[in-house]
Amino acid sequence: MRRKTIAGVVLGGTLGLTLGVGAYTFIYAKGGSYMTNDPKACVNCHIMQEQYDGWLKSSHRSVATCNDCHAPADFIGKYSTKAQNGFWHSFYFTTGDYPDPIQITERNKKIANDACRKCHAEIAAMIEGPANKHSAADTTSCIRCHRNVGHLH
Amino acid sequence: MKTKATPSSSNLQRRAGGQVFKFGLAVAVAALVAVGGLALLVSIMEHKQEAKNPFFRVVELTDDTEDPAVWGKNFPLQYDAYLKTVDQERTKYGGSDALPKTPTKADPRSVVAQSKIEEDPRLKKMWAGYAFAIDFREERGHAYMLDDQTFTGRQTKPQPGTCMNCHASMYTAYKRAGDGDIVKGFEKLNPLPYAEARTNVSHPVACIDCHDSQTLALRITRPAFMEGIAALKASQGVANYVVNKDATRQEMRSYVCAQCHVEYYFKGDQKRLVYPWGKGNKVENILAYYDEVGHKDWVHADTGAPALKAQHPEFELWSQGIHARSGVACADCHMPYTRVGAHKISDHHIRSPLLNINKACQTCHRWPEEEMKARVEKIQTTTHQLRNLAMDALMDLITDLKNAKAAGVGGSELATAQEFQRKAQFYLDFVEAENSTGFHAPQEAARILGESIDFSRKGQNALRQAPPLKTAGL
Repeated sequence: MRRKTIAGVVLGGTLGLTLGVGAYTFIYAKGGSYMTNDPKACVNCHIMQEQYDGWLKSSHRSVATCNDCHAPADFIGKYSTKAQNGFWHSFYFTTGDYPDPIQITERNKKIANDACRKCHAEIAAMIEGPANKHSAADTTSCIRCHRNVGHLH
Repeated sequence: MKTKATPSSSNLQRRAGGQVFKFGLAVAVAALVAVGGLALLVSIMEHKQEAKNPFFRVVELTDDTEDPAVWGKNFPLQYDAYLKTVDQERTKYGGSDALPKTPTKADPRSVVAQSKIEEDPRLKKMWAGYAFAIDFREERGHAYMLDDQTFTGRQTKPQPGTCMNCHASMYTAYKRAGDGDIVKGFEKLNPLPYAEARTNVSHPVACIDCHDSQTLALRITRPAFMEGIAALKASQGVANYVVNKDATRQEMRSYVCAQCHVEYYFKGDQKRLVYPWGKGNKVENILAYYDEVGHKDWVHADTGAPALKAQHPEFELWSQGIHARSGVACADCHMPYTRVGAHKISDHHIRSPLLNINKACQTCHRWPEEEMKARVEKIQTTTHQLRNLAMDALMDLITDLKNAKAAGVGGSELATAQEFQRKAQFYLDFVEAENSTGFHAPQEAARILGESIDFSRKGQNALRQAPPLKTAGL
């Protein structure tokens, strides 16, 4: 019985410490901010400062936040994208092994391109026409020409 | 007969051992998670610290602080990068190989760059009779500028102190020699023999050559550029241009480089350094200027042509290109902004953008690195092919001229052909000596080489017009 008590205290203490360290790190790193839509969360670390600065002066600053263009609209899509990008951003920022100027991944480029259609579906449909869409590759890229609407770099 | 299974003592021990193992595993996993959590916490804390305190002033800089190591105490990030210009790295058409060399008393260098005149002996024929035919190597990084000039084989022909203008940190030297007036110091050092002028300097280009010590703003320190850019602006209708007052910050990010990466000549007995831009800075403007003032660098040993040597006209060629037109400065590609911790600084490791494509090109050009490199190398390969054609054409003209001279051709036909040689080789050298293999302005480089070929062929044609020679028998 005494051995079990000691074991319980040690195990509980270790788990508690772990949870405590984890919780402190989460709060210190402003982890909660990542659940929000506030663009300031995206400049918690300074890698995207240029993009944030650019967005503040862009044509879309009053109508779209980072998440509006860089996350899908549906709940699951949005938070799974946030989780995935959040993990990799932390990973690369911690290891320091990333290109700078930063580069968008194919998956995120598609998300941004699809996001234009949240608001501009009508004009996109008029440009593309109804019949000639055989594959994803047939989708017209909005941001290839309109690359500066959100932020230039 | 059934017997109730009773745990044997060995079973009990095993179970207890299993519990201890599980307990130990749980503690170990929790401990590992804690270690990971703490490591992440520390990393985040470090990154947050990086965002603070960008600058500590640990020494007082003055307008006479020459030694870059002293500046480096206040600006260690920039200084560390500046020191990296010792690197020798090749690109397809540029950069230098580090070749071992046995040091001698006269030339203590243990490493030199490859010889360009050995690589392409046609250069020796182009420069016959001029010091460049003795020794001409691929340029190395800024760190080597002073040594490579002090110990080049060209020093076997007397060189003036003017050369120092672009091979050493000159601002404080000019100030000292001119009692505070850099123009007076410039005029005093130019006519000295090289070895004597050399005793006035001790560093390759340094912080103070481009930066004001108090504000760190960019500042022009070379009188020749102040005069040259004023003449260029005057030719464009802008009178009384004072570069340190009138240039924008973005212009200065090219002009500080253009203090040296330009075509020049030494004017008169005083060997005053002059940038020949009074009629504009395109190749034909510069040649027209030289023709007007009657300048020649030397007389060609084989042909007697009044020849000119073009010297690294990077600023001039860049001025004709799309990047200059788009407002892209030298520093944007050769010293791109680079992230150090939370800060962005200009990369003071000045080098070929091809060695730093992500930062140098991809801020504006969203194509893969390989694609960017392929685009540049395509331009350079085309330029290099044209350069070879122009070189062959020039060799033909020099051979014909030499033969004609030996056969006794004289008069206006010879003078015309010599004039065409002067033009052809100045145009060719304008692209050859320029350090981008045409990239700074691809179409302009192609036009210049095309004209060079044309001048060489016209020179050969001129010789054909010469009347038949009288031979001894007739």
